[in-house]
Amino acid sequence: MAIVTSSNKACSSNPLKMSQPIGGSFAFLGLRGAMPLLHGSQGCTSFGLTLFVRHFKEAVPLQTTAMSEVATVLGGYENVEQAILNIYNRTKPEIIGINSTGVTETKGDDVEAFIRLIRQKHPQLEKLPLVYVSTPDFKDAFQDGWEKTVARVIEVLVDPVDAAAPRDLSRVNVLPGCHLTPGDLDELRTIFEDFGLRPSFLPDIAGSLDGHIPDEFTPTTIGGIGVDEIATMGQAAWTIAIGAQMRRAAEAMQARTGVPFRLFERLCGLVPSDVFIASVSEISGKPVPPKYRRERGQLADAMLDAHFHIGGRKLAIGAEPDLLFDISSMLYEMGAQLTAAVTTTASPVLERVRIGEVIIGDLEDLEELAKTRECDLLISHSHGRQAAARLNIPFYRAGFPMFDRLGAGHQLTVGYRGTRELIFDLANLIITDREDNRQPTPDTWRITDNGLHVVPPRPN
Amino acid sequence: MTSLSATIQGVFNEANCVENANKSAAARKKGCTKQLQPGGAAGGCAFDGAKIALQPFTDVAHLVHGPIACEGNSWDNRGSASSGSDLWRRSFTTDMQEIDVVFGGEKRLYKAIREIIRKYDPSAIFVYQTCVPAMIGDDIDAVCKIATAKCGRPIIPVNAPGFVGSKNLGSKLAGEALLRYVIGTQEPDYTTPYDINLIGEYNLSGEFWQVKPLLDELGIRVLSCISGDGRYGDVACSHRARAAMMVCSKSLINVASKMKERYGIPFFEGSFYGIQDSSESLREIARMLIERGAPAELMERTELTVAREEAKARAAIEFFKPRFAGKKVLLVTGGVKSWSVVAALQEAGLEIVGTSVKKSTMKDKERIQKLMGHDAHMIEDLTPREMYTMLKEAKADIMLSGGKSQFVALKTATPWLDINQERCHAYMGYLGIVKLIEEIDKALYNPIWDQLRKPAPWDDADVSWKAKSLAQVDVATVDIDPNLGRVEKDRCAKSAFRCQNLDLGVTKESVVALGSTTVDDIAQHTEAPDVCGASERAIADMTAAQPTSTQQAAE
Repeated sequence: MAIVTSSNKACSSNPLKMSQPIGGSFAFLGLRGAMPLLHGSQGCTSFGLTLFVRHFKEAVPLQTTAMSEVATVLGGYENVEQAILNIYNRTKPEIIGINSTGVTETKGDDVEAFIRLIRQKHPQLEKLPLVYVSTPDFKDAFQDGWEKTVARVIEVLVDPVDAAAPRDLSRVNVLPGCHLTPGDLDELRTIFEDFGLRPSFLPDIAGSLDGHIPDEFTPTTIGGIGVDEIATMGQAAWTIAIGAQMRRAAEAMQARTGVPFRLFERLCGLVPSDVFIASVSEISGKPVPPKYRRERGQLADAMLDAHFHIGGRKLAIGAEPDLLFDISSMLYEMGAQLTAAVTTTASPVLERVRIGEVIIGDLEDLEELAKTRECDLLISHSHGRQAAARLNIPFYRAGFPMFDRLGAGHQLTVGYRGTRELIFDLANLIITDREDNRQPTPDTWRITDNGLHVVPPRPN
Repeated sequence: MTSLSATIQGVFNEANCVENANKSAAARKKGCTKQLQPGGAAGGCAFDGAKIALQPFTDVAHLVHGPIACEGNSWDNRGSASSGSDLWRRSFTTDMQEIDVVFGGEKRLYKAIREIIRKYDPSAIFVYQTCVPAMIGDDIDAVCKIATAKCGRPIIPVNAPGFVGSKNLGSKLAGEALLRYVIGTQEPDYTTPYDINLIGEYNLSGEFWQVKPLLDELGIRVLSCISGDGRYGDVACSHRARAAMMVCSKSLINVASKMKERYGIPFFEGSFYGIQDSSESLREIARMLIERGAPAELMERTELTVAREEAKARAAIEFFKPRFAGKKVLLVTGGVKSWSVVAALQEAGLEIVGTSVKKSTMKDKERIQKLMGHDAHMIEDLTPREMYTMLKEAKADIMLSGGKSQFVALKTATPWLDINQERCHAYMGYLGIVKLIEEIDKALYNPIWDQLRKPAPWDDADVSWKAKSLAQVDVATVDIDPNLGRVEKDRCAKSAFRCQNLDLGVTKESVVALGSTTVDDIAQHTEAPDVCGASERAIADMTAAQPTSTQQAAE
């Protein structure tokens, strides 16, 4: 049981956290033909845009209501109206997804009311889906923005169904957390399809941000789940939610359509993958295909080969709650010692992280803890690179953003195959570090007057 | 005490701006940046611009007062290089919470300043204002004033909240903060007749170090660089320089022109991109220094250096000329880079099919016209769609632009090169232009383009796969015709799975009759001791093909 504490510093240094509105826009990016719109000043959009582009190495549609100082004080109705009209006329989107930001929330713009007025005034917008989510910057974090936005998309776009109507037993709704990559989603899609199920991913960032090359230029998202498909999600037999952050969206789906849900807090690791595969088998009524029986064996073998390297490692990890919980638990189960954990926002999974204390803080906190507790493996998004360099310990990039390495969109951590890949990556990182930086010298074991240094074993 | 809006008006009234001189008083009041259009805007805010202009100061802590978005989403995203402290790369923000928005964030800001001083002991702190605290009325000027007094070191307010305007305006407001609080506050240990300032040079990818050795050789000292690899103490005494060069033509003109006004430091607009510009800039620096009292022999030495370096660069570029013959370039970038790069590319024998002039001044445009002739294809504003079409129709062999349009080019399978701030190569001076040419050559002649432009096999409309497949079967049939019947029987009896232990016929039986669906079942039924992977797949297929019978059997 971990105690969750908040750092009480006035100055956040080397932030781990990204802001809530861009987490919301990220969710909209998984919808086809979408144009996410941030209601705020230009910079709110431009920083988010740069971040997404650097992470995915893709063109990313993201617009702004370009609030000026005067507009902010007087209220942003005209800006929202103009932005929607401009986007509608120029890019012909299938949906516009609007998130508020700190500055327009401070003013208190009632965007839902704006949208109603705009629809009245411009009948051509009648059929254009407009989804608004309140996501002030001064509260919560990236993951929360995603969570609220997916839940809101369900509330607005999923058609209510007659609870007595028959359901399509081959259809499942999949609500992935924002810690999954396009590569993870594709892996999950294959798994569901191998069991004869037809999954609808909401959001489906694999459709839009997997790097495929579209046939022609599209100013909106180039793929993802369509508004029409979202509307029919109520007909599915099950909803599969991945990550505790998706409970809200799964509950919204259940409330609206009666579709029951199963929540998987983790998909990384042998036992969580077993639970997941067994569950999919149960839902589909089909036996587990031989392919997964083999993959399970391969993962078991990978664990055997890698436990020599990962076992006993003192891990410092900084990540959003669901990613932190998933990866740290898997490594704990591989024998690593979870020694420092920092996260961005509150979550029910945090108290189950296998460490005494989880800090809601920044990368400065993580670096200090890693230093005093002599951690020898650091995991965080790319911003941890400075800390890792100063600490001179191996550094594995996980989470968003990953702007200084290629392939962020295809990093795989789910299922037997994903866990196997992650384990190999980490073990190889540790081996490389030992070869490069930890070679013994004749002085390594010189006799001193101090007692022998013992690394205390992991408390069980 | 001047208000932010008064400062902005002051910036708009910039006397040394050529465009401004031609404007009416009313137009001038409106400012020099285009009105932002909701839903159709791209580019950063004023805070972004301020941060760009000042963040390269290396020994300073940059503290952003605002909610997490402003700093959390943007830190460590620029490639300026430092020869000393790495403090500038650390990120500091007050990460304002809802409670600060309600009760005001000034106390939190003050505490944050104290924390930074206690932990990192910086020579100064720049405090950046953002939209939310500006809106609720946090007075960062006052907090900084008190903090400066209590902490005994300069705490500088940079009042450029995002919503006051564009990036460009933000850079100018950052310049105003330097003029008001930093420049002229310290004295240098010594001065020489060869001291210059560089204004608007950010040392991206360390590119200024491609030029600095030339200045060192000539004995010219960069007293202060605003702000690439800059130090707080250097800027504070930059008012003692003899001359200044303004490197990035638009963003910090107010600093150059006010330093001229206040301290009599003459300045010129120049660039180190391209051979010709590098030479002109070196000559201009020498000329100005001589005018202000440096010995005249400086010019002779400068000419010698210029001649030597030009010859080296030209010789290096000569090599590429035959490879670039007939190659067309589309140049999409802003301001000063348009014409300075145009000249360099032309020198290498590349044909420029278009250059964007969105951020260029009239003077920039004149220079482009001079270089490219009257048929110069100047593009005012290129939408991504137009850019895409242009490249798709192969109107250009390579595009040079900033990161934002990168994927438009790459997705058309057109070579592309980054020449803006996020790039990782240094292109300054004589060395840099040769590097740029090398990079263009690498991009143009990379073997991937031919492969990527080939259609996928299934996209080839002329091929009928069915016909191909039948043709293959025919060939096989002709060969084995005499024994056709026997072959078929053999095929069935043979272990068709390439796994020695399973017989296709028996397996089929097992699947149909007994409803065996898994390998284990089949292995058991057929008494095969071991089953290979290929068999598993074949069985899976077979199982799928026999749904009714298996179900029946199962029942």
